[in-house]
Amino acid sequence: MARVDRIAEPWGTRTPYGPGESWPVRVDTHLAPGLDESDVDEWVQSASILHSNGDAMDIAVKDGRIVGVRGRGEDRVNHGRLGPKDLYGWQANSSPDRLTKPLIRRDGKLVETDWDTAMDAVAGRTKELLAERGASAVGFYTSGQLFLEEYYTLGLIAHGGIGTNHVDGNTRLCTATAAAALKQSFASDGQPGSYTDIDHADVICLYGHNMAETQTVLWTRILDRLAGPNPPAIVAVDPRQTPVADHSTVHLAPLPGTNVMLMNALLKEILDHDWVDHDYVNAHAVGFAELEKMLADVSVDRAAEVCDVPAGDLREAARLIGTSQRLLSTVLQGFYQSHQATSAAVQVNNIHILRGMLGRPGCGVLQMNGQPTAQNTREAGADGDLPAFRNWANDAHIEDLAKVWNIDPMEIPHYTAPTHAMQMMRYIEDGSLRFLYVTATNPAVSMPELARMRSILSQDRLFLVVQDIFLSETAQLANVVLPAATWGEKTGTFTNVDRTVHLSEKAVDPPGGARPDLDILIDYAHRLDLRDKDGQPLVKWSTPEEAFEGWKECTRGRPCDYTGITYGKLRGGSGIQWPCNEDNPDGSEHIYVDGTFWSAPDYCENYGKDMVTGAPLEPTEYRALNPDAKAIIKAGEYLPPHETTSEEFPFHLITGRTLYHFHTRTKTARAPQLQDAAPEVWVEASAGDAARHGWSEGDLLRITTPRGEVRARLRVAGIRDGVLFLPFHYGYWDTPGGDEPAEHGRAANELTLTDWDPVSKQPIFKTAAAAATRVASSQGQAAPAPTTTASRPVGTSVPPTHGDDTAVTDENLRDPEGAR
Amino acid sequence: MTVIQTLRSLHGNKVGTAIEELHRIENDLAAALLHLSDRHKADHEIHHVARDIAGWSQEHVRRLAEVGADYDLTLDPEPEDESKLLARLTQKGAELVGRFHEPALLLLGDLRHLHRMAAGASLDWEVLAQTAQAMKDRELLGVAEECHPQTLRQLRWANAKVKEISAQVMVTG
Repeated sequence: MARVDRIAEPWGTRTPYGPGESWPVRVDTHLAPGLDESDVDEWVQSASILHSNGDAMDIAVKDGRIVGVRGRGEDRVNHGRLGPKDLYGWQANSSPDRLTKPLIRRDGKLVETDWDTAMDAVAGRTKELLAERGASAVGFYTSGQLFLEEYYTLGLIAHGGIGTNHVDGNTRLCTATAAAALKQSFASDGQPGSYTDIDHADVICLYGHNMAETQTVLWTRILDRLAGPNPPAIVAVDPRQTPVADHSTVHLAPLPGTNVMLMNALLKEILDHDWVDHDYVNAHAVGFAELEKMLADVSVDRAAEVCDVPAGDLREAARLIGTSQRLLSTVLQGFYQSHQATSAAVQVNNIHILRGMLGRPGCGVLQMNGQPTAQNTREAGADGDLPAFRNWANDAHIEDLAKVWNIDPMEIPHYTAPTHAMQMMRYIEDGSLRFLYVTATNPAVSMPELARMRSILSQDRLFLVVQDIFLSETAQLANVVLPAATWGEKTGTFTNVDRTVHLSEKAVDPPGGARPDLDILIDYAHRLDLRDKDGQPLVKWSTPEEAFEGWKECTRGRPCDYTGITYGKLRGGSGIQWPCNEDNPDGSEHIYVDGTFWSAPDYCENYGKDMVTGAPLEPTEYRALNPDAKAIIKAGEYLPPHETTSEEFPFHLITGRTLYHFHTRTKTARAPQLQDAAPEVWVEASAGDAARHGWSEGDLLRITTPRGEVRARLRVAGIRDGVLFLPFHYGYWDTPGGDEPAEHGRAANELTLTDWDPVSKQPIFKTAAAAATRVASSQGQAAPAPTTTASRPVGTSVPPTHGDDTAVTDENLRDPEGAR
Repeated sequence: MTVIQTLRSLHGNKVGTAIEELHRIENDLAAALLHLSDRHKADHEIHHVARDIAGWSQEHVRRLAEVGADYDLTLDPEPEDESKLLARLTQKGAELVGRFHEPALLLLGDLRHLHRMAAGASLDWEVLAQTAQAMKDRELLGVAEECHPQTLRQLRWANAKVKEISAQVMVTG
């Protein structure tokens, strides 16, 4: 057994393995200081909630409190490993500033109240607005961190009960493009890839995906392949020198706003060298001729110029991809949060279609998720889509859903695409949406252009409900705050990006009067007296397991078929991949096997959209395009970004994450080891840019865009020239300002612009122009940025990031028996 | 004289008029899109996408000027610049503002107007393509085949946006 400081060594000890072998088990355990496994009263099954990987774990309970976590060695996802956020993040549950009583605004101030008063106010205002202005005045903005059962219930209440089209999740900010890209290429959401593809792949491409920091355990799997015999080649596309880039065979570091150009150059090379599986394309895809036509004008040299990437590197990357035998691609925010997001992500799908690399071991695409339960937000209809990948533009699907819910089909709004979060904010701004119910998310820090966002959310005519576990920046603006239970305090299921469903059970009671989100939502439905067409209560369940059984019926025969899964089956053992039904009782490692897709016109979730305008295809157009359920190759024309650099704003600004924090730090800042590793905002610039401007490590910079300013200390890092990076985790709840800057901004979103991809409606966080000036010199102080990650310093010596004694974690290498 | 040249000289006037008319309409369409973009800056998607796809119409103007030369037309290949276009449209804009009080209604009105303009342009491309086929004018046909799909995309976008916002505008308002 090894004892490792996992702040200093986030990925832990190597367990090398070769292609086709099973990834060795390594069980990671972290307990409160002074405790060992024999002190633990009970281990309660769960999975990680602080990132999207879906790592299975058991929660250690002693005297009714959570005291640690241990990875589940038998689980297919993590084979026992846990990342730093899971090892230390559980401490936030028992933070003394948890919300324990409902709050209501009286005379401009939030004061404590009882549940009845709070819920009557929430339901009362909903009813008033429904009577006065109709369902379009009511909206819901949820999360990627609740449980499946909660999303399904929320979707039912909003779509089936209230009848509003205004339902979305903060998944809009992180995975909307994943869903959109899959719908464009395969006419349905659902990931073609599987994590086990890492065990087989000979080439792995990571497009705008710093996996080492966003999904640490998945990256550990790749590191173990790289340390073993016959390792895969890695292609990294990222403007920063990330740990992924450090391990790459080819690293392409394009200028922000040029992803489609880069992808088209790769595709052009693949076509020119005829690295195309023509039999596969002829049998299983439409749209090849359009792609050929579009690429006719593309040249690698021109792309090299526009992207500012060496042409030779583009050609070498294309060669690796084009000659691979088993190709795995993953895509994340570098593509999703850039302009032309969907178009770029779709080109990755196109590579796999052209090469026939889908639906078999080692051949997959993972259009990644950023949040632990984002897949469920999408599946269950809490992102506005209809549950179980039903098609809002297909009347037969609406009728079918109405049957499941026992309501009139007219009750389900389906006259247009669901309203996305950015548009909801616009409707609040113009005064037509007057009630917003926010669950488990913090738009006052996470949305773009925060000055605008604060002005929208603090309007008097808006009734804002915030259901959360801490008094976030957004909660401070609310009319009513509802204290929720979180992970470890309630039961439910959730699904990760490779379709693996896990059960997370209640380990301890929530603090004070905090209640599970599901209970609060059902209470709300009852107070609204929502009923089905027989006069029975619309929401027919009161426990998570009953809700799950209801959900299963809703998924019957749909792509995300859960009918073969029960809570009982999820207890013990490994998580299970959907579709899981009579035909696939143990779940499905791959979908799209043998080129069969879910894209038949009568079955598919979506008919697709215009890649530039975002206008939906009409059903008849789709039927003509793809009558026989094939994959759809969609070409993407390059458009220059809307905001470009200028003399006044000479830098490209991108925002992103660090390994040690999640979102707006509501939990991770309350775990001392994580907070200490990355305590304060910083800004990254290249050594070249620093030298040109006479800046050095630790200097205090003022970064501005037309939207606002942020002050941050400089980390001279391995980012490409001309680009600044700001981490987006740092808001104001732990500053004197509370919900806004007291003096100078520190939230990256003070600077970002309001603009989104017209197809996925995902806001653009990685294409903005900024200026930077020095306001104070470092005085010998280094930037508060980790040295273990992409923010690693270059050219200067900075004390290395490490944890204290409390960060020491046990790593137990076990015989691989038992892990799938 | 080749067959095409003969046909061009025989029917040149009518075809030339059609090209000239479409050249004007595409200029107007670009103007309408840029105007829409400017007037609805707070509706960010409208603002950005309208600007992106105005570029298509501006390109169509260039292509039509090029092919117009074969029909002895002297058309300006440069799309009219924004200030000139906007000045021309101020009056129209003022009319619309006068009619509607709420900006959302104004947006709906502007999109309906755009839809009709794009539909008109689409029909004219149809006529030009049919003519080009009859005259076996490959060059003209090629221009129509490349440009017309983009006009249809502009049309579908206007339609989709009308669909998207009308319920919110009309019911909730």
